[in-house]
Amino acid sequence: MYSDAAKQTAARLGLKPGRANLEEFADTLLALARADRNVLAVTSDSRGSGKLGPFGQALPQQIVELGIAEQNLVGVAAGLASVGKTVFAVSPACFLTARSLEQIKNDVAYSDNPVNLVGISAGVSYGALGTTHHSLHDFAVLRAINNLTIVVPADNYETREAVRAAAAHGKPAYLRFGKAALYTLPGEVTAPFALGKARVLREGNDVAFLATGETVIHALLAAAHLETTANLQCRVVSLPTLKPLDPTAVLAAARECRAVITAEEHMVNGGLGEAVAGVIAQAGLGTRFKIVGIPDEYTVTGSQADIFRHYGISMEGLAQTAREVLRST
Amino acid sequence: MHTDHQLALKSLRYRRGVLQAIKHAGAGHTGGSLSCVDILNVLYNRVLKISPATFSDPHRDRYVQSKGHSVEALFVVLAERGFFPAAELDTLCQYRSHFVGHPTRKIPGVEQNTGALGHGLPICTGMAIGGKLDAADFRVFTLLGDGELAEGSNWEAAMAAAHYKLDNLTAIVDCNTLQITGRTHEVMSTEPLTEKFAAFGWAVRNVDGHDFAALTSALSAPLEPGKPSAIIACTIKGRGVSFMEDKVKWHHGVPNDDEYVRALAELDAAIAKQEALG
Ligand SMILES: [Mg+2]
Repeated sequence: MYSDAAKQTAARLGLKPGRANLEEFADTLLALARADRNVLAVTSDSRGSGKLGPFGQALPQQIVELGIAEQNLVGVAAGLASVGKTVFAVSPACFLTARSLEQIKNDVAYSDNPVNLVGISAGVSYGALGTTHHSLHDFAVLRAINNLTIVVPADNYETREAVRAAAAHGKPAYLRFGKAALYTLPGEVTAPFALGKARVLREGNDVAFLATGETVIHALLAAAHLETTANLQCRVVSLPTLKPLDPTAVLAAARECRAVITAEEHMVNGGLGEAVAGVIAQAGLGTRFKIVGIPDEYTVTGSQADIFRHYGISMEGLAQTAREVLRST
Repeated sequence: MHTDHQLALKSLRYRRGVLQAIKHAGAGHTGGSLSCVDILNVLYNRVLKISPATFSDPHRDRYVQSKGHSVEALFVVLAERGFFPAAELDTLCQYRSHFVGHPTRKIPGVEQNTGALGHGLPICTGMAIGGKLDAADFRVFTLLGDGELAEGSNWEAAMAAAHYKLDNLTAIVDCNTLQITGRTHEVMSTEPLTEKFAAFGWAVRNVDGHDFAALTSALSAPLEPGKPSAIIACTIKGRGVSFMEDKVKWHHGVPNDDEYVRALAELDAAIAKQEALG
């Protein structure tokens, strides 16, 4: 996932290697479920990929298996939530947010059944397995559904807090997790996680990187790299809640920084970048702006790391984009 | 318990209410609402442990109308059962009304928002699994259309309901043999329903969907321990108005003024005849 230079930058920043968000999610959910028998995991032959094997062993009465049937997974989850269960419906994001989209729209969001939809191995986590297994559309389709909070944690800390917050939230939510091991980001103390709030991980007024999910680390490394190589002070903002988007942090970045660059593990259409652009443009601001994500094409074959690097979602790629955006001002 | 005579009078009045609501709104699903009136009558007046006073009780029975387009029948029955004043139905489908043209939880007594087909059975399967996990004594019911059974999600849920031995779950099929395009067996045959549900592991009973005694017997208790119950209710679309019966054009046909007067006259005559019997 990281070039040698990126690893050196991470070491210089004192970032500690963490584990996959999916593993953090599974352990957090197990702890919640041990404390409350109403907490359920609902799966579609996905307990292995969801790292829920230990959960199933420990609490067999609190895992509901539905087989390979994602429409029914979401409908059943809605029914369980409606009778008072705290439900986490866990399925690969690619299937969960496409095959069962109508169940998400109607049974979860419209009927206001507080299901926590958990899209696992999201984005291009499945890498070379290809387009059928990628979820690069989920932000776009889910943002267009009313009454659905969208949470995309960037590290283990955001994951842990997001799962706890979702369990207590009592409203429909979508949580999106990848399976790559992640560095733990700074900011747990200075920028604590809260649903609906952006987290400023690094200050600066040259370029603002607004990123979500597994791209945030690359933005942070790029900011550090730009400081040493170009003497640029770049802001890094993690947006773990994609919807509702925190407009305050977005507008502050657009007003205070020379340029705004968004980064996301999603197609450039309809995701974080366009959400941020909408906020900036409707405030009448003309800040230099660039969306980094997967372009509107079938991705190159490769691992998640290959795909990220190919499309410039890397320390080097984002730093290069920042230089280009500034050069154009 | 209401007598069959009392239920017969209720059904005639429900049918009258359905036509009034549809005529007033200028839109609605006439045929399917009329075909399921007797089923809803038996559910709400003899079977379901649901009332306006106890609707937030977690132990209440659950009814989810999966064939949401037959909403007029549901709204008319809920009004008569006291969930809201019947006069409010005059706003059905009007600008800013809470009475949407499909079931919505904005209306007291409506359990889930429905309208897209193939959603009720999965939701009810989840409710029934939840009931089993809590060893709760409530029962869960859904009403499906025969055309609706072409939606694959029904069969995903049918598989899961049998897998989890959900004898607290009952699916009723309003089998009126018609859907918007024509005869169900011509559009997409969903038959043989009895064999299909049985093969999926359900207990199945075929009933006359306009026979109060048969419906009561089929719905009052699970058919078989350890299995979900499927009640295939043979019905007539447009039931109760001679010129609407078994005619595809009345799927969502709205009566013109002349048809409306004739339909109400038929129902009023039937009401008078039924009253004379009591
Ligand atoms: Mg039909």
